[in-house]
Parts: sequence; C-alpha cells; structure tokens
Amino acid sequence: MKLLELLGYYNYWVFAIALVIGLYAVISKTNLIKKLIGLSIFQSAVFLMYITMDKVEGGTAPIIKAGVEDQIYSNPLPQVLILTAIVVGVSTLALGLAIVVRVNERYGTIEESEILESD
Amino acid sequence: MDLISHLPALQVIVPMLSAPIIVLLHPRGLAWAGATLAALVSFAISIALAVAVLGGETQTYAMGGWPAPFGIALSVGGLSALVLLVVTGAAAIALLAARPSIDQQIELERQPMFYSAWLLGLAGLAGIVVSADAFNIFVFMEISSLASYVLIAGGPDRRALLAVFKYLIMGTIGATFYLIGVGLIYMMTGTLNLADMESRIGDVAQTRPVLVAAGFITIGLALKAAVFPLHVWLPNAYTQAPHMITVFLAACATKVSIYVLIRFDYMVFQPTMAEHDNQFALFLMPLALLGILVASAVAMFEGNIKRLLGTSSVAQIGYIMLGASFISLAGVEASVMHIFNHALAKGGLFLAVACIAYRFRDLRIQELGGVAKTMPFTCAALVLCGLSLIGIPGTAGFISKWLLITASLESGPFGWIFVAVILVSSLMAVVYIWRIVESLYFGGSANRDTVIAEAPLQLLVVTWIAALANLYFGFFPEVPLALADNAAGVLMGYGK
Amino acid sequence: MTPQNTILIAICLPLIGMLGIIIAGRVSANLREAVTLITALCLAYVVWSLLPELMAGGRPGVEVTQLMPGISIAFRVEPLGMLFSALASGLWIINSIYSIGYMRGNKEKHQTRFYACFALALSATMGVAFAGNLFTLFLFYEILTLSTYPLVSHKGDAATVRSARVYLGVLLTTSIGLFLPAIIWTYVAAGTGDFVLGGILPGKLQDPEVGLLLGLFVFGIGKAAVMPVHRWLPAAMVAPTPVSALLHAVAVVKAGVFAITKIITYTFGIEFLFDSSSSGWMFYIAAFTILAASIIALRQTNLKRMLAYSTIGQLSYVVMAAAILKPLAEVGAAIHMVAHAFGKITLFFAAGAIYVASKKTELYQLKGIGRRMPWTMTAFTIGALSMIGVPPTAGFVSKWYILAGAFQAQNTWALFTIIGSTALNAAYFLPIIYMAWFAKEESGGKDHGEAPFPAVLALTLTAMLTLAFFIFNGPVIELESQVVQGLAP
Repeated sequence: MKLLELLGYYNYWVFAIALVIGLYAVISKTNLIKKLIGLSIFQSAVFLMYITMDKVEGGTAPIIKAGVEDQIYSNPLPQVLILTAIVVGVSTLALGLAIVVRVNERYGTIEESEILESD
Repeated sequence: MDLISHLPALQVIVPMLSAPIIVLLHPRGLAWAGATLAALVSFAISIALAVAVLGGETQTYAMGGWPAPFGIALSVGGLSALVLLVVTGAAAIALLAARPSIDQQIELERQPMFYSAWLLGLAGLAGIVVSADAFNIFVFMEISSLASYVLIAGGPDRRALLAVFKYLIMGTIGATFYLIGVGLIYMMTGTLNLADMESRIGDVAQTRPVLVAAGFITIGLALKAAVFPLHVWLPNAYTQAPHMITVFLAACATKVSIYVLIRFDYMVFQPTMAEHDNQFALFLMPLALLGILVASAVAMFEGNIKRLLGTSSVAQIGYIMLGASFISLAGVEASVMHIFNHALAKGGLFLAVACIAYRFRDLRIQELGGVAKTMPFTCAALVLCGLSLIGIPGTAGFISKWLLITASLESGPFGWIFVAVILVSSLMAVVYIWRIVESLYFGGSANRDTVIAEAPLQLLVVTWIAALANLYFGFFPEVPLALADNAAGVLMGYGK
Repeated sequence: MTPQNTILIAICLPLIGMLGIIIAGRVSANLREAVTLITALCLAYVVWSLLPELMAGGRPGVEVTQLMPGISIAFRVEPLGMLFSALASGLWIINSIYSIGYMRGNKEKHQTRFYACFALALSATMGVAFAGNLFTLFLFYEILTLSTYPLVSHKGDAATVRSARVYLGVLLTTSIGLFLPAIIWTYVAAGTGDFVLGGILPGKLQDPEVGLLLGLFVFGIGKAAVMPVHRWLPAAMVAPTPVSALLHAVAVVKAGVFAITKIITYTFGIEFLFDSSSSGWMFYIAAFTILAASIIALRQTNLKRMLAYSTIGQLSYVVMAAAILKPLAEVGAAIHMVAHAFGKITLFFAAGAIYVASKKTELYQLKGIGRRMPWTMTAFTIGALSMIGVPPTAGFVSKWYILAGAFQAQNTWALFTIIGSTALNAAYFLPIIYMAWFAKEESGGKDHGEAPFPAVLALTLTAMLTLAFFIFNGPVIELESQVVQGLAP
C-alpha cells in the first residue's frame, strides 16, 4: 500500500529526477551547449511540476459548455502560468545560445576549459 | 481615479513602453535622450510614490480593476518606496552620465537596442518591487535578468561573454528555484498573492511542501542576490560589463532580490511558521558574517579596480543580510538603510571609475599611478564615495554602520562578535580603498605619451552629484530613515 | 553676534578661508598667504570673543541638525574646549607666519594644497573643541585625521607615503575599531551622548564594564598616543615642520588628550570613575608611557623624531593627570595642554628653522650651532627648559598642579613618575643645549645664518609665550577651576 502510494506520485518522481539530471548537466559538463541543454531539462522539470498539480481527478479541460452543469475542470491557472514560464525559458535559452554563438566567434571554441586557457 | 493612484502601474509601464519606441530612434543621441527621459520620469514617479507613502498609506493598485486575490495586485509601502527610489535613481543617474562612456564602448548602430534593453531592465526591476504577486515577481525577475545579460554582454572585452554566460546559468537556476518554491506554495494554499499567502499559509505551515518551498525560495533568491557563497557570478559580471551598466547594476540589481527575499521571509513565512525565524537567522547569519569577512579580505588583494569594488559589494550584501537576520526592528531598519546607502556609495564609486575608464583602458590598480594629477575632480569624488563605503562619519555609509552596530549590540549575548566582524571588515575597507587612493595620488605615472585630461563634463558633473549625495544623506538622512523606519515597522508587524 | 552664531562662525571661518586660499592660490602666492593670515586672525578674534562669557560661567550651545533620534550634531562651549580652541586658533596665527618663512625658504611644492588642508584641519579642530556630544566629537575627530593625511604625505615620495600609511592606518584603525564601538556602546547604555558635567554613565554601567569602556576610549582615541597606539606620531614627522609644530604638537595630539579629558569629565564623571575599581589601570598605562617614551627619546638621533617621542611622553602627562581623578590634577591636565603647546611648538619651530637654514636634521650635527643661530637656539633652550619643567617657564606651572593633585590623591606612583620623567627629560635635552652652545662646530659645514625672518619671528614669539605663561596663568586656572567646582578634594 505504502509502495503503491509512493508510486502513485510518479509524476513528481519524474519531476525530481529530471530536475537533478538537469542540474547535474549544468554543473558537470564543460561544453557550453551541453550546459544549456542541462538548463533546459532543469526548467522543463519545473514545468512538469506545475502541470501535474493542476490536474484534478476526472477533470476536463476548463471550457464551459452550454447546458453542462457540475462539470469538473482542471485548474487552468497553473497552465497559464506555465505558458508564461515556457516563454521565459525559451527566451533564456535563445539568449544563451546567442551568447554561445558569439563565444564561438570570438574564441573559436565552446569548450569551457579551452576558453579559460586562451584568456 | 486620480493620477497618484495610478503611479504604481506607471512605474513599470513608462520604461516598458518607452523601450520599443527607443529602438526606432536611430539618429545620433536621440536614443540616449529618450531613455534618459524615460528614466527621469520613472524617478519622478518613485519620488511621488515615496512622498505618498511617507504621507501615510500604502499605495495599492489592482491591474485592470480586478480586485486581489483574483487579479494581479501592485502595492508600494515604505520598503518598496525606498527600493524603488534606489532602482529608478540609479537608472536615472547612470543614464544621465552614460552618453560619453557608452559612445566609447558600444557601436553607434547598436545603441538604440542597447538603451532599449536598459529600459527593459529598469522596467523589470521596478516591476519586481511594485508587484504583490509571487508569480509576477518571477516574470519581472526574468525580464530584468534577460535585459541585464544583454547589457553585460555588450562589454567590449570577449571575457564579458563568458562572464555573462556564467551569470545566465546561475541566474536561471536561482529564478527556477524561486519558481519551484512558488509552485509548492501555490499547491498548498491555492494563491499567488503575497498577502493572501500570508493569511492562508498558517493552516499548512508545518507541511513538508511549505518547508521545502521556504528553502527553495530562500536559496534561489540568495543566488540572485549574490549572498556569499553564491556570489561567484558577481565580480566577473560587474568587471566585464560596460562601465555605466556596472554603475546601474551595482547600485540596484542585487538589492531587488534581497528585497524579495526579505519580503517573503518576513511577510509570508515568519508570522505563521513556528521556528521559521530561527531557521532563517541561523541560515543567513553565518553566511552574512562569512561573506563580510571573506569578501572584504579578498577585495584587499584584487588587482582590477572594478573587480575589487565588485567583490566589496559581496561584503556589503553581507551587511544587509546580517541586519535582516537579527529579526529585530533595529536590525531591519539598519538593513534597509544600508540598501540605500550602499547604492549611493557604490554607485558613486563606479561612476568615478567610469570617468577614469574613459581616459584609461587598463583598470589594474598599479597601472593607475598618479591619475589624480590629471583628473583631480574625478579622484576627489572617488575618495569621497570611498569614505562613505568605509563609513566615515559625515557620509551616508556611516549612518547605516551606526544603525547596524546599535542593532548588533541590542541583539543579545553574541552582539559583540557581530560588532567585531563589522569593524574588522570596515578596517579592511580602509585598506582596499586606500590602496586605490595611494595609487591614484602617489603612484608613479607610467609612461603615457598622450596628454590625459579630465573626464567629459557630463560624466564628471553626475559623478559629483552622486558624491555630494553621499555627504547630504550623511548629514540629513531623515527621508530614507523615515522610509526604513516605516518598512521595519511593517515587516516586523506581520503576525503581531 | 550671539554666542551661538559665534560658535558656528568659528567652525565655518576656516572653511571659507580654505576656499579663499584655493582661489587665491591661482592668482599669487602673496595673496594666498595673506588670506591664510587674515583667516587665522579672524578665527582667533572670533574664538577669543567667547572668552568673557565663559569666564562669567556661561555655556553657550547650539544644535545644528539631528541625524537620527537622539543623535545630533551639536556644539557646546565649556572651559576645556574654550581653552583648547583659544590655544589652537591663537597659535595658528604664529604658525602661519612661520609657515610662510619655512615653505618659501624650503621651496616646497603644492603650497596651495598645504595651506588649504591646514585651514580644513583647523576647522576640524574647532569642531572637536566645541563638540557638544560624542557623535559630534567623533565626526570632527575623523575629519581631522583625514584632512591631515595630505599634509603628512606632502612630499609624496615612497618613504613619505609609507609613513603616511602608518599615520592613517593607526589613527583610523583605532578610531573605527575601538572609539566608534565605545561611542555606540555609550549611546546604547546611557541613551544619549551629550557632554554633561558629572557624567552620563553613573548608574548605567557596572564595574568591569566601566574599565572595558574606558579602555575602548583611551586606546580608541589614538591621537592621544598612549602606548601602544603611539606609532603614528613618529611616522607623522615626515611632514613639513609647520605641520609637526601646530598639528602634531598642538592641534591633533591635543585633540586626543582633550577628548580623553573631556570624556573622563563629562561622560564618565570624575567621581564615578574614581569610585569604580576597574578604571585604575589607565593611570599605570599613562605612567608607563611617560617613562617609556622618555627612554626611547633618549636613544633617538634625529631631532624631530626625538621631539615626537618627547611629545608622546608629555601627552601622557595629561592623560595621567586626568587619570589621577582629583580636582587639582584635572586643572593640571588642562594647564599642561597649554604649557606643553607653547614649549613644544617652540621646539619644532626651532627644528624647522635649523633645517631651513642648514638642512641639518640629526642631533650630532648641532654642535656649535648656537653661535650661528642665536635667536633660534635661545628659543630652543627656553622650550627645552619648559619641557623639563624648570622655572621660570610654563612647564613648571603645570607640573606643580599635577604634583599637587597627586598629593591630593596621595598617589606616590605619580610622584615618582614625574620625578623620573623630569630626570629623563633633562637627560635628553640638556646635552643638546650644551652641544649647541659650547661644543666646537665641525669644519666643512655649510656657511649659514638664521632662518628667514618670519620663521625667527614666530619662534621668538612662542618662546616669549612660554616664559610669559609662568606669570600670567591666572585666567586659565580660574577658567579651568570651573570644571571641578564643588568636587571634594
């Protein structure tokens, strides 16, 4: 029973594992692109958390249909929030990639160790 | 509704809407003029808000007429008014002086974009301050961060790119941590409005998600605020940024994150979560003390003048955190005052550095020997702001140091340890400031073949305004003091 | 002019003078020196005009601005401060005359900066003298430190900058590290920092804390040069001699002992301190400093450094006299500030005059110099005799009062310290006097006469003051006796 309960939270497990994988990549990888990929995984994990918590058992999309009463909806607010957060994440990623492109132009490499050596 | 009641919204809207217009202003100088005008208007708005707050009531605003907690609320109290003054004041001062320095560092055709990013950064920072909604704070935080990444990356040195990349990674992790915390709280309370959170969180105070949320939010914001030891991004970013951007960011960027941190911990968690004050203080106080000592010690040995001042900022953030971690009226007041006074001192110092940098490319201290002979006014302003950073009486820095030491003495049996740390670090500040002063005034002048003159008048005048502000607020600190007093009263009043 | 305005004018006048000096410095050197002299004369007039009111028992005061609740910039003139300000402003006139001779005779650079900083230092001195509370005292104390830094580092070469670093380092370290927490502690404990006769701390602090706070004050006020925080004073001797003469024999160092005396009288209260068991150490530290400094002075070979160590010893006379905590000794402390000022400024003037005329700085070079510079060496002799305390000089009067205070307190250690130190003073001054007058000059030296006329005039004046104070000291004693009125002997 206990085990099943824990497994029932599998969305949160995925969230936690993805979060840690992303963070690990950011810290351990020396390739700037791989760092950014890690950062993206890290952020996506958080999106998953928000999406998970808005789910209401048996709920449908929060669209009001005429004549339907007592319909259970999923909470729309986290979805809206996470749309915003995804936009923010995409902009961050785009800016990060743009910086990597510039790094490559100026240094001729995107390996952190090689960059540090050349300065 | 009259104009005053719209001011909290205008505070964000003015710079935000000016930004896209400025992109279009291509003729030489027009972009700068537009951005400066927008910043000055923002500054005027924040002064009006401060006057209104001093007059009595907290200013609140419901976006689109939707009342909180359904709509997005803005609110400006004593603390926000003071931080707004710092943010918009820093932007206005830096932009006023910026033109000669920016002309030198940023190519002409990129300038409209650059100024536009600057205004977006200002809008983001102002938005964080006025927002009373946890998620909105995140959005504004990201707006300001993205803008400041762009601004810093504008630095002419290629090392700026690496510094900014590091800042981007750290900043995003910090913001995402904050987002996780907000999500967990939303999960438990079903609200994003800060005031609403405060009233609802009591019922679920000791549940694990809320405890975890408190941890994520505190650490995420500490990362953005460059609290030791999460500060590694800061010295590099400040060193490599264009000089005027350093002025702006050093004066206000980290302080806004501290502001959010203080608001969350005092307003949302403190009143209802048992033991939170202990956890908060025990977490922050050692970090603050270590930060003060280690960063000051490192600053004593820094070679580059901008790096030195950036490292010193980490120590000064330690002062602010130390005051906040006392969880007492006097402590919070000292902490809030130091937000204001440090912005004055550090902003002035970086302005003077920008003046020097206008004439001298190499900013290593030993290369700046004898600069005072050719730039006497710049160097005098630098000395004045340096004295304020040290905390010599008669300068703004002294006021916050006095308050901080008083708060330490009143904080209990360990008070003397805090006093000792503050004083030792002040003495280290004497050492690092005087290293600069000695080099400027008595160092051997290296073989310079070109005739070096004073900085352009525009830079110089603004630098002196900042320097004299340090003196003025050293003798007449009533206004910031009243706001800090108000802020401390409100923050400590929650849950009472 | 109301006394309130007079106080503010006394503090602002040197600042206005400073601006005038900077502006005049761009026009001509003569004009600049004229501005300095006029400012000095006006300042002395303004300060001395306060004297009648003080003698009549008035204590004029004025509050300028309040920084935080309870903490304000305020001035209040009382006998100690009156004496100190009258002394500093009066001697500034003579010192300015001397500076003209010295700086021109030496062809020093940056003379405008020199005169401007000097005026700023005097403004800070007036602020220290008139301070009405601890905060104001601290404010001007720090301004005094910072404004004298450019004077000490005047020469600008590597060795000078190193010495100036010691100067600033010691003074700022002690003031920020010890003096400031002591002040804040006082404010937190007593709720105020105002100077009130009889003290603000009685009943507020318990015994071991009294001694600790006193320690923070005594060592925090580094300008008093109580060992072991005395290192800055010999370091400051790299400055041009007028700086050593007025600032490091009168204004700066006296600001230190003045602050200690004032804090003992007005913050702790003499009787409170006498009754507390944890404050006795101050006396022994001062006594030790007197003897140790005299012994070190005995071993110096450089004239100005010897005078610096002599100053350290003489300053501790004031601290020790104050630490005897008896009425007559407090009066003696105040009088010794005056007596030492007259004597030591004469000695420094003489040292500077010798340097200008002959470029001699070491003691062994002074053989037979009395015949070449009779005026200078006569003044030097008078100053030295005053240091030893021989009648008819000023030094005798103050030693008399300190000894009388020691008898009041039945403090035999004080007696022995004074006797021992007098012997040591004689041991390092008399050989110089003998050498200067009676030894035969070594051949091959530079042929020279007296220093420029303004310098000789200045040192003659101060030497005469040293002699005159032996007889005309009545008003000073009358004024200072007001401080200890009504106290049990």
